[in-house]
Amino acid sequence: MNNLLVGSILLLENVNWVNMWEATAETVYMSLIALLFTFIFGTILGLLLFLTARGQLWQNKIVHSIIAAYVNIFRSIPFIILIVLLVPFTSALVGTMLGPSAALPALIIGAAPFYARMVEIALREIDKGVIEASKAMGASNSQIIFKVLIPESVPALISGITVTAIALIGYTAMAGVIGAGGLGDLAYRDGFQRNNPDITLIATMIVLVFVFVLQFIGDYFTNKLDKR
Amino acid sequence: MITLSKLAKTFNTRDGKVTAVDQIDLTIEKGEIFGVIGYSGAGKSTLIRMLNMLEVPTTGEVSVAGKNMNTLSQRKLREARQEIGMIFQHFNLLWSRTVAENISFPLEIKGVPSTERKTRVEELIKLVGLNGRGASYPSQLSGGQKQRVGIARALANNPQVLLCDEATSALDPKTTDSILELLIDINKKLNLTIVLITHEMHVIRKICHRVAVMENGRIVEQGPVLDVFRRPKEHMTKEFVKQVTEPEETEEALKHLFTEEGIGHVLQLTFVGGDAKRALITDLIRKFEVTINILQGKLSQTQDGSYGSLFINVTGDEHHIIEAIDYIRKQEVEVEVIHGE
Ligand SMILES: Nc1ncnc2c1ncn2[C@@H]1O[C@H](COP(=O)(O)OP(=O)(O)OP(=O)(O)O)[C@@H](O)[C@H]1O
Ligand SMILES: [Mg+2]
Repeated sequence: MNNLLVGSILLLENVNWVNMWEATAETVYMSLIALLFTFIFGTILGLLLFLTARGQLWQNKIVHSIIAAYVNIFRSIPFIILIVLLVPFTSALVGTMLGPSAALPALIIGAAPFYARMVEIALREIDKGVIEASKAMGASNSQIIFKVLIPESVPALISGITVTAIALIGYTAMAGVIGAGGLGDLAYRDGFQRNNPDITLIATMIVLVFVFVLQFIGDYFTNKLDKR
Repeated sequence: MITLSKLAKTFNTRDGKVTAVDQIDLTIEKGEIFGVIGYSGAGKSTLIRMLNMLEVPTTGEVSVAGKNMNTLSQRKLREARQEIGMIFQHFNLLWSRTVAENISFPLEIKGVPSTERKTRVEELIKLVGLNGRGASYPSQLSGGQKQRVGIARALANNPQVLLCDEATSALDPKTTDSILELLIDINKKLNLTIVLITHEMHVIRKICHRVAVMENGRIVEQGPVLDVFRRPKEHMTKEFVKQVTEPEETEEALKHLFTEEGIGHVLQLTFVGGDAKRALITDLIRKFEVTINILQGKLSQTQDGSYGSLFINVTGDEHHIIEAIDYIRKQEVEVEVIHGE
């Protein structure tokens, strides 16, 4: 029995490569689209969080508190619970509860605050003196944002988006619970529940490859762009 | 060029109100290098930051190059700031930009077309002596070179005024001197008005035409550097002047001498202006029957001449010594007999 199991894992005889490919494509799709929107919303939220803080360009206590509250609350809710909480919202927005697109709202709403915090931290690391020097040169607020704040924090923003992307791949696996598909779903349903460990193994390995490649690319660009 | 009237700034802190600048009236002329000296916390930074409205005054007025800075709209203020360069103690360069891109930054802010920017950046790199370093990043430069980039950047838009907030305080003495030379150079070449604040008298001595001494938010003394050196009125000023004129160990060393037998007269000669280089000592020995020993001395160069003290020991007949002292007085050198009859 044991030998049989090991044999079946090694021979990968239960693996349906078409399904595996489809699941991979779904994971890539969910991760990429979610990452794109997370990047957009997270950057905006992070910038607002930073700019409305005390002593900053757009100092505004009310706006700051609201964004900070949103970021803190959604960052603290475990993702698996967030998906379930968002079911009514998702059905209304996407029109269905099945398939990879249905996972997107939860993925974005969960990951954007996570990235927003990293954007805020990256911006806070910028030397205040540099912002002041720009003001002294007569820069407008938008010039300070686009010519100073963002370029000066690029390495930190890239390492932040790398960490977020890796977290997102983890989230997509959990999105399987609402029938979103993807590698996590495949590993759980076809691999674990039907007792096909070879499927679980292959799905895990594909996820690992994604994570390593992402980390490698992220580190490469972070180092290349860091001129400090 | 710059007029401050009844300028004051009060900060509200958790510990109550802190008056950093207290009712300052000041006029700075076009083309002059004006220094403000004071100890830490005197309010120097707050004062200089009000010149370009980085700090908004609580009361009073600031006028720079004919513009009343307090009343400008946001947009006009940004335009006015483009006419006022500023350099900082910690340089405040953008590390993500190369030297050339850093210098180009204020030009981009002003909206100068890219071809013009290029030629202007080239000129500035040459002006501050950074030829061949345009493609380097700030992290690859020494402190002195970084400040040169700071200066080039501050001059990019042909400002009328340059503000320097402790611009040499993070540099070693030799590098400080080279940066000060550069400032003197651009002051002459461009007839640029320079306002600099520092806690080092050495910096004032080296490059300023006029100086103001600040204490507790007020200007306690001001005037041409040489006058202030010659006749410091306030205790604070005297302390600062000592930084550059008297070797620290003078008093100790001299006191030790006074106890010796047959020491004779000890005189302190104070040279002000162009006299310092005169061969006074040689004259004295030739003309009077006295013996002279130089005990201690320190002469400093200022923008308008030299300043310093010399401690000498004179021995000989009483009436010869008195004649010699009279002679020294006639040379417009101040004499103080600090030991002997
Ligand atoms: N933003 C601020 N909020 C509250 N108090 C301030 C602020 N900036 C300056 N002060 C206070 O104002 C006073 C003058 O400060 P300022 O920085 O102008 O001194 P300074 O002469 O430049 O000193 P240093 O040589 O140390 O730079 C200090 O007592 C300081 O605590
Ligand atoms: Mg200061």
